[in-house]
Amino acid sequence: MGQLVEQVVNGLQLGFVYALIAVGYTMVYGIIKLINFAHGDVIMVGAFVTFFGLVRGIPWPVAILIGMVICAALGVGIERLAYRPLREKGAPRIAALITAIGVSLFIENFASLRIAFGPDYRQFPAMVTRMQWNVFGVTISSIQVLIVSITLVLVLILQLVVYRTKIGKAMRAVALDMDAARLMGINVNMVIAFTFAIGSALAAAAGALLAAAYPQIWPYMGIMPGLKAFTAAVLGGIGSIPGALLGAVLMGQAEVLTAAYITTDFKDAVAFALLILVLLFRPAGLLGKAGPEKV
Amino acid sequence: MRGVSMKRFLVGLLTVSMLVLAACGSSSAPGAGSQGSTSTGSSTSGSGAGSGSKVIKIGLIAPLTGNVKTFGESSKKGFELALEQAGYKAGDYTIEFVAGDDKGDSTEGVNLATRFITQDGVKAIIGSVTSGVTIPVSLVANENKIPMITGTATAEGVTVNEDGSRKPFIFRACFIDPFQGQVAAKFALEELGVKTAAVFYDKGNPYTVGLAESFRAEFEAGGGQIVAWESYAEADTDFSAVMTNVAALKPEMLYLPDYYNKVSLLAKAAKEKGLDVPMLGGDGWDSEDLDFGALAGNYFTAHYSADDPSPAVQKFVQEFEAKYGHKPDSFAALTYDATNILLEAIRVANTDDTDAIRQAIQDLKGFQAVGGSISFDEKGNPIKAATILKVNADKTYEFVTTVNP
Repeated sequence: MGQLVEQVVNGLQLGFVYALIAVGYTMVYGIIKLINFAHGDVIMVGAFVTFFGLVRGIPWPVAILIGMVICAALGVGIERLAYRPLREKGAPRIAALITAIGVSLFIENFASLRIAFGPDYRQFPAMVTRMQWNVFGVTISSIQVLIVSITLVLVLILQLVVYRTKIGKAMRAVALDMDAARLMGINVNMVIAFTFAIGSALAAAAGALLAAAYPQIWPYMGIMPGLKAFTAAVLGGIGSIPGALLGAVLMGQAEVLTAAYITTDFKDAVAFALLILVLLFRPAGLLGKAGPEKV
Repeated sequence: MRGVSMKRFLVGLLTVSMLVLAACGSSSAPGAGSQGSTSTGSSTSGSGAGSGSKVIKIGLIAPLTGNVKTFGESSKKGFELALEQAGYKAGDYTIEFVAGDDKGDSTEGVNLATRFITQDGVKAIIGSVTSGVTIPVSLVANENKIPMITGTATAEGVTVNEDGSRKPFIFRACFIDPFQGQVAAKFALEELGVKTAAVFYDKGNPYTVGLAESFRAEFEAGGGQIVAWESYAEADTDFSAVMTNVAALKPEMLYLPDYYNKVSLLAKAAKEKGLDVPMLGGDGWDSEDLDFGALAGNYFTAHYSADDPSPAVQKFVQEFEAKYGHKPDSFAALTYDATNILLEAIRVANTDDTDAIRQAIQDLKGFQAVGGSISFDEKGNPIKAATILKVNADKTYEFVTTVNP
């Protein structure tokens, strides 16, 4: 029994990292209906920036914050250079999607150049002293506590921004109807840029946490977590922030419990089978609003 | 219009490709020429020393440029040191040599071997360094009945064909992959005194699968018990679930036969779950990029150690350092061994008949080499000891022991 709970905690650790990434996917999709495939690579940049901060002796909360700020700027830059020109020319959505894949490949390959991060694996230094507590026979580590608490705090802040601030209201308005929002005097481009900034900052934090939990980083580290988090966002209902959280936690549990009780070979298969099953019965995802194109 | 521009394009393409080809040809020709002149120089000094009417020519194939060039450079140093120490003589024969660069590319390697054999009249080949190049080169050598010894190619297919039949002219100076697993199991049972082990391997990588399976077979045959047999994929980074399960089974050791990056991650994941037991691995750990902090105090199987106190090793290390100013790595050591095996066989056979030389290599018994005492089995693989090294936190390895098969 203790071991089952411990595996659930392992699953939470993975699921909460996915959650931070999935939220970014879902916010961008909610607003401009674009699956931002470059999002996974922002995770990688966040992890590397945090890494360079840590090895220079900067305390970890500051290092993560620097990573978040730099990635927010990166997200805004990607939007400004790659997606906004397409949007303003009224390009079809498939063009934006292909562009997103292009941006993703560019970031990965540029990062692996020697003049950037370089192609090598690097060992990520420990952010917090490794400690373990035994709570009712369940071993919990300091890293797990760190991941769960940082994720909860960030998601709480996000909820406050989206539901309690003016810019949050503007975001929701743009998500509901971009043209109507523009007619009401909302600076749509600014709102979209802000959404990218927030999503990318969360991805940077996710990158740092991912590297803390699985301490090895390299330029292609963002691809798989990005894909899994995207799946989680779809599972929960893309466009819905609570849905992304729920989907991510489910994905984490599915992966870890399969690895623990069936076999590691099946862990991805089971996670994706779960996705297919949910979409069969609820095409809009668990918490997605059903109905024609209103996300 | 379109037709014309297409034609122009094709002509342009042809011109460019011819230029490129010409450039390649001319750049490789002086390279070979300079290698040739080195060999002439050394053979002159060799023939000056002895009576030397009888000459035998041997060739070295190694990647001297390209992505594994340090492997080739080390090998060439080992090769030349062995020849120098022998005074470029073996038996009644004066040794002349040619050295060529396969660039880590199998086509280059095959071309080089063909040129050595048909134009230069080479009677034996040392090389190549990596299994990928050595396997195709071995086919050329074997067809032409030219004995060939590789220092470092560990894949089983180097000395045997795909149908399992032996390539009679091909030998190597290193142990093959499955042997490492056996040695690790023996070391775990006898030296560490453990009875239970957990094995982790990458199911997509034949190297780690091979090591894991041979470890399991030997460990169980020796009375040990494999309590966990876990596979993962190369892209996996989350081992928390598996490690939680394995920690509950309380194995006395972990066997991690993967390359240095994955091993570093696995070791940390194990410690995270409180699995502070000895870990063992293969020569894939042997890298500067290994996480020495996480793996300090653990062991892996290796071909040789510069710290091995045996006189053969120490003599080699000293003379190598005197000549080149740095310590030899395992590529230098194994190619040095391969070269010495060939020289010994030429001395024993005392003929330039390639079949007699082949037989002499096969018949060697207990030849004292840096990598241990060498005899060949029926597949052209040496029966020799492996070295166990211990990882230190200060980025060095400590020689522990040698384990005989």
